Amino acid sequence: MSELLNTPERLTPDTFLRGLWQENPVFTMLLGMCPVLAVTGTTLNALAMGLATTFVLVGSSLLVSLLRHWIPKQVRIASYIVIIATFVTLVDYAIQAISLELYAALGAFIQLIVVNCVILGRAEAYASKQRLHTTFVNSLGMGLGFSLALLALGTVREILGQGTLLGVPVLPEGFQPWVIMALPPGGFFVLGSWLLVFNWLGPRRARRDLVASGATIHVR
Amino acid sequence: MASLATESHPEVGTSSRMEGAVGELHRAIPQADRSAPKPPGYAVSPLRLLLALGGVALFAGLAVSLVDQLTAPIIAEQYRLRTEQAVFGVLPGATQLRALHLSANGIAEGAPSVKGEMPLYAAYDPAGKLLGIAIIGSGAGYAGPVQAMFAYRPDCRCITASKVLRSNETPGFGDRLGVDPEFLENFRALDARLNAEGTGLAHPIVAVRHGTKTEPWQIDALAGATISSRALARAADSAANRAIPWIERNIDRLNSP
Repeated sequence: MSELLNTPERLTPDTFLRGLWQENPVFTMLLGMCPVLAVTGTTLNALAMGLATTFVLVGSSLLVSLLRHWIPKQVRIASYIVIIATFVTLVDYAIQAISLELYAALGAFIQLIVVNCVILGRAEAYASKQRLHTTFVNSLGMGLGFSLALLALGTVREILGQGTLLGVPVLPEGFQPWVIMALPPGGFFVLGSWLLVFNWLGPRRARRDLVASGATIHVR
Repeated sequence: MASLATESHPEVGTSSRMEGAVGELHRAIPQADRSAPKPPGYAVSPLRLLLALGGVALFAGLAVSLVDQLTAPIIAEQYRLRTEQAVFGVLPGATQLRALHLSANGIAEGAPSVKGEMPLYAAYDPAGKLLGIAIIGSGAGYAGPVQAMFAYRPDCRCITASKVLRSNETPGFGDRLGVDPEFLENFRALDARLNAEGTGLAHPIVAVRHGTKTEPWQIDALAGATISSRALARAADSAANRAIPWIERNIDRLNSP
C-alpha cells in the first residue's frame, strides 16, 4: 500500500510481515468484511474460515503469478475469477469430507470466498506482477493476517458469548453468557473494538519508530 | 484520451499525458513499459484470448472433477454416518438400520431418489425386533425452517424422541429446542394415535404456551421460544400425518428386518 509495486520485489521479511500487521487485510485494509462478521461466532469456525481463505489465497496467487505472462490483460479478471472459484470448490469438497458439522456452520460463506476481495485484490495488485517465490511468501502472510484477524474476533466472541474457548469452558461457573456476542451485532461490536485498538496502537508505533530514527515530533 | 494523440507520434502524446496526470508514481516504471509504439485500435489476437480463457477453464474443470472423484465416496460416507447417528440417537438400543422412503404410492425400499419423497428409517435391535421408525419433518421457525427427526414407536403409537437436524433459531433461545431437558421431556411419549379411519392423526400435535400442557399430544413450549417450539410441533405434526398412516398399514412388512 505504501508503494506501487510494478517492479519485481526483493524477498525480505517485510514481504511476509506486511500482511500480518502493516497491511493486515481486516484491521488495516478493511477487506473481506463479510466472513469477518458472519462466521466468527466461535473460534473453530473462525479458524476454519481463515485457513480455507488462506489456502485459496495462496493457491490462486501462485497460479496467477505462474501464468502472469500468459494471460492477456483483457481477460485477466475473468481468468482470475475462474482460478479462484476452482480453489474454492476444492476447499468446499474438502470441508464436506472432513466435517459436515463444520460445513453446516460455515454455510454459504465457503462458496462466498470466491468474492472475497482480499483474494482478487492480491491477484490483481501483487501476484500478476511478481515472481513466484515472493508471491507465495506475500500471499501466505496476507492469508495468515486474515486468519489472525478472524481468530481475534472469534475468540473474543466465543468467550463472551458462550463462556468457552474451542468448546472448553474457560470462565467461572456463574458466568451468564452475553448472547448478543454470538449474534450478528456482536460481530460489529468486537470488530469496532479491535479497530479502535489497532488505530490507537498503529500511530503510536509509527511515532516511536520516527523518534528512534532521530526525527523531532511536534505534538499539537 | 488516446484520440488526442497525433497519428504520427502516438508515443509522444501518450507519454506526456501520463507524466502530467499521474506524475511521480510512474517515474519508477522502466521506460520500455509505456513507450512501446502501439497502432491505433491495438488488440491481442482473439485466438490468444480464447486460448488463455480456454486453458484456464480446462485446468479448472480437470481440478474440480479430480477432487470430486476423490472426495465423493468420503462425503457420501459422512452423510450416511450422520443419518445413522441421528437415527440411533432417537432410537437408543438400535443396531440395524433399514432405509426406506415414502412416495405417493406408499413405502418402498431404499433412500429417496426423487425430490418430494420422504425418507424413513426403520431401526431394529440385535434380535431383529422393530424398535421404531425415524421420520423427518420441518416447520417454519423464527429464522427459517426447523428440520427435525422424530422417533415413532408402533407399540405405544407415540413419538418418543426428537432431534433437531437443521435450524437457524436464535442462539440462547430457539436453539435450546434440542438440549433443554424440560422441553425434551415432551417427547417421552407424545401421543400420535391415528383417527378411526386411519387417514391421519386423531389429535394434531400442537405447541401450547409454557406451563399449560394438559393433553398427551400437546408440546409444552419453551419459555421465550414459543415460535421455535411451534415450528418443531408443526414439523412433528406434518411428518406424523404423512408417514404414520402408511407405517401402520405396512406394519407387518416393517416388523421383520
